[in-house]
Amino acid sequence: MSALSDRFDAIEAEGRAALVCYLPVGFPDVETSIRAMQAMVEAGADIVEIGPPYSDPVLDGPVIQLAVAQALERGVRMADTFAAVRAVREAGAEPVVMSYFNPMLQHGLDAFARDVQQAGGSGVITPDLTPDAGADWVDAARAVDLDTIFLVAPSTTRERMHLTAEASRGFVYATPLMGVTGERAQVGDAAERVVAEVREAGAERVCVGVGVSTREHAAQIARFADGVIVGTALVRALGEAPDPESGIAAVRERVTQLAAGVREGR
Amino acid sequence: MTGSLQQAPGPFFGDFGGRFVPEALMAALDELTDAYDKARIDPPFTQELDRLAREYTGRPSIVTEVPRFARHAGGATVYLKREDLNHTGSHKINNVLGQALLTKRIGKSRVIAETGAGQHGVATATAAALMDLECVIYMGEEDTERQALNVARMRLLGAEVVPVTTGTRTLRDAINEAFRDWVANVETTNYVFGTAAGPHPFPAMVRDFQRIISVEARAQMLALGGLPDAVLACVGGGSNAIGSFDAFLDDDGVRLIGCEAAGDGVETDRHAATLTGGRAGVLHGSRSYILQDAEGQTLPSHSISAGLDYPGVGPQHSWLAEIGRAEYWPVTDAEAMEAFRLLSRTEGILPAIETAHALAGALRLGQELGPDATILVTLSGRGDKDVEQAARWFDMLPGQDA
Repeated sequence: MSALSDRFDAIEAEGRAALVCYLPVGFPDVETSIRAMQAMVEAGADIVEIGPPYSDPVLDGPVIQLAVAQALERGVRMADTFAAVRAVREAGAEPVVMSYFNPMLQHGLDAFARDVQQAGGSGVITPDLTPDAGADWVDAARAVDLDTIFLVAPSTTRERMHLTAEASRGFVYATPLMGVTGERAQVGDAAERVVAEVREAGAERVCVGVGVSTREHAAQIARFADGVIVGTALVRALGEAPDPESGIAAVRERVTQLAAGVREGR
Repeated sequence: MTGSLQQAPGPFFGDFGGRFVPEALMAALDELTDAYDKARIDPPFTQELDRLAREYTGRPSIVTEVPRFARHAGGATVYLKREDLNHTGSHKINNVLGQALLTKRIGKSRVIAETGAGQHGVATATAAALMDLECVIYMGEEDTERQALNVARMRLLGAEVVPVTTGTRTLRDAINEAFRDWVANVETTNYVFGTAAGPHPFPAMVRDFQRIISVEARAQMLALGGLPDAVLACVGGGSNAIGSFDAFLDDDGVRLIGCEAAGDGVETDRHAATLTGGRAGVLHGSRSYILQDAEGQTLPSHSISAGLDYPGVGPQHSWLAEIGRAEYWPVTDAEAMEAFRLLSRTEGILPAIETAHALAGALRLGQELGPDATILVTLSGRGDKDVEQAARWFDMLPGQDA
């Protein structure tokens, strides 16, 4: 079993869902982003999704696009991602990297898997790589016992649900809505359907992301999913603050609320 | 390599191509691939496409010999394949009519497209008007400024034009934004991709729709006395080039030369010569050459021509370069504009600035090969959209007296 599986077992024993929180590395600067990730862990994040910025983030909405563009302008490097992984591991949560494929490819897939694992990372989420295109990546990750987390969407066919469940380790990332990252007023029934379908296809753990921003959303999703993933709302909290300290405080407050949410669902 | 190189089916061309996209798009790409595989051999589809090519686009496009221009090309014999005479003014219509027909066939009512110079956007807006499809065009804000005339054309045709303000505000960002729209609206929407790049099936499908350029040209050249020594075309994403090359791929004696935009020069950081200055990676859904830094971040490209200002290239070109079947030459802004001036003044034909890169390649090749050579250049588009930009380059606007 993997580190993520063990963590999910422990969380399930507490009778709740996991809270998975995303931030991009280097926004508004490297130090603040890493401190904000540590604050998220203190406030109740079980898993931190660490995002190395990429120049062409086709699955991200405007809030994250602007944040990663700013991080790149300031010269963020892949080495900063590995530093963030170490910091999150030391803070006591499971670090998971969420990366677009080309930065992984240029780093070298074997080297990337090894560097994430050696920094203390548990797995990697690949938003623009599907299992059928990612055989080389799966091999590289398996070699160092790193979890591979793939996505499913409402448009995913039953055949592809099986393919994805089979290739994923740790958890499957379910996106309940069609669309890029961003906050939504409603999360909707599609989430529950997608989770049920991918479970039926063999997925052990399923976390739900895209569109989640409030304590109520978190509680609603915690009823039927193993984890609740939040990203844009946290990036916005960090970005709207007048200075890094109040940004980190805002993130901490938001995560505290969401952590309460994942404990209310069941 | 044995067998024919023509109409390579994908998804991979050697190590290049494939489909690297979010899962949300996989079902739509499978559906499109399946629909295309059936349509391409289905007589009602192919006959309708042929009819539109004939009665709407105005095909076959003619081949024009340009002797006064050719004097500057070492006295070689130079022919132009006149895609500029197509309805809407470029080769883009060939692809768009195919994809719009396919959209109707899979029962979707809305099309989206990206555009750089605006030619693909105009062609898509045209086909959408013809076939009663809702149409949204994504265009980098910088390109909406340098191609304001085409923005107006698209709007007159009933399309919504969305200026993209993120990133470098050019073609690459327009593609990102179109992908985001597609992810959100894939149930009702088909993405009419403008070039022979992107995820499978686009590289092979767009090539097939553009292949008519080389199928016609090859027959026309044979009728004029024989195959040319070389075929040249400009390469941004590479759809007119791959369409110009495909029927000649098995003619070993015919050199195939793609002319990339070298901007201020490939030795500077202001160019778009992907095959000359890039290396393999994944961008916009396929593995191909891209301009990128050591960590895989896409680099900003530059070209005077909005249509070539793209840091990627279609995967089949990367493959043809790797196996040595095609050559890719960098052509600077200055060389392209000189060729633009020359064709305008010697032959009375205003080429698109994109196309002028291929003309510059022909001048260079003719000087290398001399008067016995026969050179075919695909004149991919007309220069009407570029009049203001070219006039500014040559200091010909009022108040700009040199």
